Amino acid sequence: MSDLLTLNGVETHIGQYHILQGISLEVKQGEVTVLLGRNGAGKTTTLRTIMGFSPATKGSVMFKGDTIHTLPTYTIAKRGIGYVPEDQGIFAGLTVEENMKVAIQKDNEETAKRMNWILELFPDLKKFWKKPGGLLSGGQKQMLAIARAYINENELLLIDEPSKGLAPIVVEKVMESIMQMKEQTTIVLVEQNFMMASTIGDRFYIIDDGRTVSHGSMQELKQDEEKKRKYLGIA
Amino acid sequence: MDLFFNLTLNGLATGMLIFLLAAGLTLIFGLMDVLNFAHGGLFAWGAYSGLWVYSQTGSFLIGIAGAILTGFLLGIITEKWIIKPVYGNHVQQILITLGLMLVLSEMLKVVWGPNQLTANPPDYLVGAWEVGDVIIIKYRVFIIFVGLLIFGGVQYLLKKTKIGLVVRAGVMNKEMVQALGINIQKVFMFVFMIGSGMAALGGVLLGPYSGVIHAGMGMEFAILAFIVVVIGGMGNFKGSILAAILVGLSGSFMAYYVPDLSLAVNMLLMAVVLLVRPQGLFGAKG
Repeated sequence: MSDLLTLNGVETHIGQYHILQGISLEVKQGEVTVLLGRNGAGKTTTLRTIMGFSPATKGSVMFKGDTIHTLPTYTIAKRGIGYVPEDQGIFAGLTVEENMKVAIQKDNEETAKRMNWILELFPDLKKFWKKPGGLLSGGQKQMLAIARAYINENELLLIDEPSKGLAPIVVEKVMESIMQMKEQTTIVLVEQNFMMASTIGDRFYIIDDGRTVSHGSMQELKQDEEKKRKYLGIA
Repeated sequence: MDLFFNLTLNGLATGMLIFLLAAGLTLIFGLMDVLNFAHGGLFAWGAYSGLWVYSQTGSFLIGIAGAILTGFLLGIITEKWIIKPVYGNHVQQILITLGLMLVLSEMLKVVWGPNQLTANPPDYLVGAWEVGDVIIIKYRVFIIFVGLLIFGGVQYLLKKTKIGLVVRAGVMNKEMVQALGINIQKVFMFVFMIGSGMAALGGVLLGPYSGVIHAGMGMEFAILAFIVVVIGGMGNFKGSILAAILVGLSGSFMAYYVPDLSLAVNMLLMAVVLLVRPQGLFGAKG
């Protein structure tokens, strides 16, 4: 499988802080790559750097063979990268319908097909179609955020902690949706919930103190108790 | 009855003029987080340029179009070369836009001279209608009509079009809008242009209403517009028209009954709103 996204020695500064100090990773087409690590390790900043919110100060970010770390965020998104931020980024004052409308880049048959798929997978969105996004529950907001990123034919989705703060039953629903999206698109997932990460993920990268310190297949990690204890605090 | 009606009409007309200035200000602040103290300068440039075009062409409507175009043009220039370098820094924004306000006012004196200019409405808007005891001044009705038309137009734009949807989304979360593949800079420019055009429209309408225009008129009205933005809620377009009407009416009635307090009453209104509801009457919390 070819590399869809490559980060090579990426460093990122936010203000005076040197957050990413050497992130290198390769995301294979059609796979779910999971970024793991403790709180504050630099996982979210890695996604934000890929999206261009916190541009890399050193190193390179390549998407489909093109350098993207010099591009503005909207261009990166237009190249085919969808983003689901940690806080979901819902437009609270807009209805569910309007949230989806803002996201749609091309109003064509494929979009209509995707919309049908989304509404079948997340019937709550259909139910609350005319309701402001700010009034949805945490789980519904997460569904809307994922739906918004998936509505366009993005080749890569960056999803930041989709299970955070959600009830177990909702986590299952979100997990199911990501498993289904996996059939269509490549995913980079930041996830603290190891059960979810190991179920969905094909490969992993562990980030510690702003550096990628370990990577491999998820199968390997599941069996590596030492690594899990050392970097993820899982006994 | 006649007095009450006239004071109300006067207040509504003044409110609409303030609204045209405040609406742009509130959209620019809400979306771009920019404190634009030069907005009054665009109002004054609208008055002068519109009056000039009116005097050259003899058509008040063409004069209005000229003022709006001047507003658009100055808005684009201001956003691109003055505001863009100071995004995210309120202190720099205040300093540079206050400086620009002074430059714009002084430039008016350079181009049109230091003296105030007289402005008259076109013949078809001179005079009044008499309905029973009530005298309805045509030009005031015209201002109210234009104000409501602009409010309706911008409301339509914001609620019914994709660009309006993007503007509303941008007010709530700029970063996410960009993550959805939308160039927020273009949206900023568009909003700044529309806001500046509305300010310029307010300026050209004020001329025949007050009878004279002068280089300092921008600053005078900008103060009222800032009061309206605070009362209505920063970034809240609907709030800006309701607050503008409130300020216009209170100013009109106070100017008649207690003239010494006509400006103070607006300050007082703002102070009360800030104490009771700091986010403004129609602003969202947080």
